[in-house]
Amino acid sequence: MEGTANSMSEYLSVLIFIFVGIGSVLFTFFLSRLIRPHNPYKEKSIPYECAELPIGDSWFKFNNRFYIFALMFVIFDVEVVFLFPWAVAFGELGLFALVEMIIFILILFFGLFYAWRKGALKWV
Amino acid sequence: MIDYTSAGIDFGLIAPEIALLVTAFVILLISSIRRLNAFPIYIAFIGLVVTLALSIQQWSNQESGFFGMISCDNFGIAFKILFSATSLLVLLLGYRYMIARGIDRPEYSALLLISTMGMMVMANTTDLVVMFLGLEIMSVPLYVMAGFARRSLRSNEAAIKYFMMGAFASAFLLMGIAFVYGASGTTELRRIVADISFISSRHGAYIYAGAALILVGFGFKVAAVPFHSWVPDVYEGAPTPVTAFFSVAPKAAGFAVMLRIFLFGFADLEILSDVFWVLSVLTMSVGNILALRQGNVKRLLAYSSIAHAGYIMVALAVGGEEAVSAAIFYLVAYTIFNLGGFAVVTLLETRSGCRSNFSELPGLAATHPYLSAILALFMLALGGFPPTVGFLGKFYLFAAAIKSGYIWLAVIGVMNSFLSVYYYLRVVKASYFETSDEPFTPVSYTPAIVAVLIITAVGTLGLGFFPQQLLEFSRSAIFAFL
Repeated sequence: MEGTANSMSEYLSVLIFIFVGIGSVLFTFFLSRLIRPHNPYKEKSIPYECAELPIGDSWFKFNNRFYIFALMFVIFDVEVVFLFPWAVAFGELGLFALVEMIIFILILFFGLFYAWRKGALKWV
Repeated sequence: MIDYTSAGIDFGLIAPEIALLVTAFVILLISSIRRLNAFPIYIAFIGLVVTLALSIQQWSNQESGFFGMISCDNFGIAFKILFSATSLLVLLLGYRYMIARGIDRPEYSALLLISTMGMMVMANTTDLVVMFLGLEIMSVPLYVMAGFARRSLRSNEAAIKYFMMGAFASAFLLMGIAFVYGASGTTELRRIVADISFISSRHGAYIYAGAALILVGFGFKVAAVPFHSWVPDVYEGAPTPVTAFFSVAPKAAGFAVMLRIFLFGFADLEILSDVFWVLSVLTMSVGNILALRQGNVKRLLAYSSIAHAGYIMVALAVGGEEAVSAAIFYLVAYTIFNLGGFAVVTLLETRSGCRSNFSELPGLAATHPYLSAILALFMLALGGFPPTVGFLGKFYLFAAAIKSGYIWLAVIGVMNSFLSVYYYLRVVKASYFETSDEPFTPVSYTPAIVAVLIITAVGTLGLGFFPQQLLEFSRSAIFAFL
């Protein structure tokens, strides 16, 4: 089992990559803090919106109807995640995988149909 | 081209799962075209009966297929039968309650079916990733079902709590699977078990960390101490038929998977036996002690379900064929009498305003002698009294423990059973010997719930006198598995 028992040390490079990634960001912040001038004034802390003066507070309640659309977006997002590898390997997979994928898409389509019938696509 | 002939693509292996999914879709389709509330229940009933028949038909048909992702052995099929029967009983016992509370939406039946399908997937695989997939298919509908009474704050609280903790536990589980994969290069339990001594000698820390994290993930699902904190609030807040489902089906699914992973896949990791010894003692003791002073029957049954998880965990500590068959026996028995207990509570709660507090029980025996007798029977079974199947279940579990030399575990288990009798008898005492100034509102029986009560009561008593069938069932479920 020498070949298949891939050791955890193969993932060490991933760990090092994460640390280097975080470290480089922290290092840049630290470096810019060392060399930048320090001059705070009030206008600097206003949110930047294309040089317009912001009106009102940015902490207002978002309409929670958005979440239904977000949920439905996730369905099709996931669908694409599965479609890509299937499309790449389609040549080897053959007819069986085509039928499987049609069933998968039909199930998702059914979900969309259900959501549509229940009025989830309407902006009330 | 990939050779599909050797992959074992056989849809007969997953026929019960397909039946459940198709039924759920038909229900959703019909309900989205026309607004019919009662009709979906009948479709779900037919679908579950078909599923049950298909599962029984698979019995002793040992095969694995779909590239080894699905293992249809007797162990898995036994759980398929258990899940579809449980689901059927829950569907029947909840019908009138959902109407009385105005939450008889067709989605309830569909969610119940999809969740049951997830459990079947969990029990019928030896691949960790497929187990995780099944767990999620099971859990997501359960979160929704916990919050099914949309207008009720408590139900919403239950759903959010269950969802938060459940998602957290899933993350632990997934991390555990990743560790095991990192150490062994596979997620397939049959390949892990073949090389476990090699793997643990080279990557000991990772395989132990993986096993521990997987234990946390499933410990949450079966409500083992110290992962039990969500149980009382969720059980109390969720609609009662949903609570009935929570207390038996996900627990059985969790134990099915744990038995497979820890007694089959990681059988050679000896420390696990000690870990389960401690967890088992903790779970049954904490569950029983906290149940002693509860003032609400649903909360009491919640803590009692924690304690029962502790008893079943004895099998995980002991290991071996006899313990596993005792665990299956106990799971089936527990499902029967616990569902029976919840059926009585559901029936009481169908009356408006009833929250099943102890103070609402007095007068039950005087006005409803049969119902209170049946409630007493289920309480005695939960406490493990002799003529019932509850006694035999505990007997086989503790006998298996003693035979393997776990004397103290059995002693602590028996002491815990004595302790639990106190609070189960409190329910009996409140309904028989206490009086209340307020008149007892009569309950209205429906054919469905009477059927559930009769099935569970006959099962509790009948299997107590004639356990032979169930014993053979649980024994033959084990032979394929080891």
